[in-house]
Amino acid sequence: MPSVCFYFQVHQPYRIKQYRVFDIGNDSEYFNDDSDRDLNNQKILQKVARKSYLPANAVMLDLLNEHPDFKVSFSLSGVLMEQLEKYSPETLISFQKLVETGRAEILSETYFHSLSFLYSKNEFRKQVEMHRERVKYFFGVEPQVFRNTELIYNNDLAREVEALGFKGVLSEGADHVLGWRSPNFLYRPTGAKRMKLLLKNYRLSDDIAFRFSSRDWDGYPLTAPTFAQWVSAVNGNGNVINLFMDYETFGEHQWEDTGIFNFLRHLPGEILKNPDNDFVTPSEAIDRYSDVAELDIPHFISWADVERDLSAWLSNPIQHDAINKLYALEERVLATGDEQIISDWRRLQTSDHFYYMCTKWFSDGDVHKYFNPYKTPYEAFISFMNVLNDLKLRIGEKNIIEKEESLV
Amino acid sequence: MAYKVLMFGWEFPPHNSGGLGTACFGLTRALASEGADILFVLPKKLGDVSSDRMRILFADTSSGAGTGSVEFQEVVSALTPYVNSKSYLFSDLDDEIAQSLYSNTLLGEVRNYALRARAIARRERFDIIHAHDWLSFLAGIEAKKVSGKPLILHVHATEFDRTGGQGVNSNVYDIEKYSMEYADHIIAVSNFTKDQIVRHYGIVPEKISVVHNGIDPDFRSDVAPRLHKLKEQKNKIVLFVGRITIQKGPEYFVRAAKKVLEYYPKALFIVSGSGDMERQMMTEAASLGVSDKVIFTGFLRGDDLIALYQAADLFVMPSVSEPFGITPLESIVNGTPVIVSKQSGVSEVLSHALKVDFWDTDELANKIVSVLENDSLKETLKKNGDEEVKTINWKSAAKKCATVYSMFL
Repeated sequence: MPSVCFYFQVHQPYRIKQYRVFDIGNDSEYFNDDSDRDLNNQKILQKVARKSYLPANAVMLDLLNEHPDFKVSFSLSGVLMEQLEKYSPETLISFQKLVETGRAEILSETYFHSLSFLYSKNEFRKQVEMHRERVKYFFGVEPQVFRNTELIYNNDLAREVEALGFKGVLSEGADHVLGWRSPNFLYRPTGAKRMKLLLKNYRLSDDIAFRFSSRDWDGYPLTAPTFAQWVSAVNGNGNVINLFMDYETFGEHQWEDTGIFNFLRHLPGEILKNPDNDFVTPSEAIDRYSDVAELDIPHFISWADVERDLSAWLSNPIQHDAINKLYALEERVLATGDEQIISDWRRLQTSDHFYYMCTKWFSDGDVHKYFNPYKTPYEAFISFMNVLNDLKLRIGEKNIIEKEESLV
Repeated sequence: MAYKVLMFGWEFPPHNSGGLGTACFGLTRALASEGADILFVLPKKLGDVSSDRMRILFADTSSGAGTGSVEFQEVVSALTPYVNSKSYLFSDLDDEIAQSLYSNTLLGEVRNYALRARAIARRERFDIIHAHDWLSFLAGIEAKKVSGKPLILHVHATEFDRTGGQGVNSNVYDIEKYSMEYADHIIAVSNFTKDQIVRHYGIVPEKISVVHNGIDPDFRSDVAPRLHKLKEQKNKIVLFVGRITIQKGPEYFVRAAKKVLEYYPKALFIVSGSGDMERQMMTEAASLGVSDKVIFTGFLRGDDLIALYQAADLFVMPSVSEPFGITPLESIVNGTPVIVSKQSGVSEVLSHALKVDFWDTDELANKIVSVLENDSLKETLKKNGDEEVKTINWKSAAKKCATVYSMFL
């Protein structure tokens, strides 16, 4: 065949503003930075919508109308959907238009784009449920396929997700789990009964997502016909080509002047010139192709960094400390029954917060620094922990109030 | 290619009284390892303990090919690092012998030193002249006049740093500016210092190279741990090391201490050093009601100082204007993470340190509390700092100096 399967991640966290020790007990708004800094969630959302989501969706809609065989898939995190509703409703509408064509599939994920699967199965299930509800509300569809935050995956996740009723799950085609095998086939996770696994073809995905504008790359400049040739070359060696990436690739990571929108506009046409090629949504891939083998992935993988493991979020003492202390509050937070406290606690679970605290290669000015709205990972940690202390205070106060009320 | 450097420098540790001597030592040793031959000229008061010890430090230079040598030449002079006109006037020039040997003003002594340097330059052979700090710039100029060899000035500080923005001494400024214009090239210990030179002295950026200072890991040693009792009672120690003078921002340390103690009462603030603002700091601590938590140890060095670095939980350098700042590196090498002022040269080379604007006492307090409250933060800074400090060494500084030399050899 091969069938090209596009999947785009659409996500923005609620970034925590600069929060100092003096703010504890005095300010329970953690996410309302209104400065010029990159901690201003509204500002960032509107900027990304303008530079990326809206123009990309315009191109996608044209392509879907022009090519009846073109298909794509997305997952939109719950916190992103909330922010779109608040700050850029026209963007939300543009996504709805894509879904209305019937050829843009929506996938499931945790509402808060969190690492909850690693720390609390209850929270994980709750967040998946919350996300399902929002997707139904905005798009009128029920997702069939799941992808965990940043494609974090292992056998346990597969089992859990199958139990929740999904028929497929996405992850990273990391060399260290594939070995000699190819990501261009579907696999069956160890321990799963029927569920199938789709693995990202990272070489071809990253050619678009990372290398597209890199003049050092020998594939530069990448044109749609060239890429279509690479797709066709898989013929006979694979069933699917899974191109998974951040939707911000279009316009934000790769700016408009790199020609990325132009590339996108011509790509489906070029790929379809070869009658052996076509497009599928993840669900279609799962329905059409059998799995070729079982794939045993006991240790977590992800699509982050070269290691493709959990180290982007959990590789130093401050990350572990922050996340452990956060999840240690679960019982008490839920016991307050206070919507605001619970919502704040959940927003603190978004994986980005821990990504910002990563110190791997910090001295070398690597990709984490580029995405970090704080000046240093340490500043990210300091604000986070101060916020956590304020949250603890609020939980304590809530308990005191309730005790007093129950005494009356 | 072997070459000889006529270097005007300062007394090495442990008889030095600050970063200048430490820097000279580190750089000279590293340059010798890179194959340079150095004639090291330094001022010495008559009757002071001889510097045979310094020769002994370099006696063992038989570490294979490419190793240079260091020869010392003392010049009778009352100059010492960091001396200014005021402190010079109060130095011991009482007896007749002293009065006949030394000038009775600092500027006079600086010129005398220059003339004595000329005599050395006349009789020695060398390829390049390297002068450390303004006090020896005129000496470097005389050496160049007499030999025709290129002159490199090494700016470790400017008059703006020393006076912390309180008004420069125009005599010193004039000597600095004249020297920088006369020299063939300038080495600045940081971009911070280079910017000052460009901005305040009107020197073109192309004439200035930045060579950051370094530290050698042997600054750490195994010393007996101190302050057990305090630490047993779960006190956390925040340390300040440096001259207690305007430039070092001690008042920001004391004011931050007051704020920190409101959130973390089990903190102790140790001020190690001496200087003209000492009394004022003690008074300020008292009036803020924290003199039981702010401890002044006086000037410490050697094992005492190292023990203090190792016992501390956090080191703070709140300098108002710090051309480089070696003390944070000393702290990191001894396992204690640091908060440094952004108005410092060392903040340019450290990623794994917390940084604040010196005047932002709130943010300084915020960061101190965070380190004291979260062991994971201390640990992460420490682990990463350990690795990073290995790359900030005198070997790479020496290599950069050699590159500068090669432009003129």
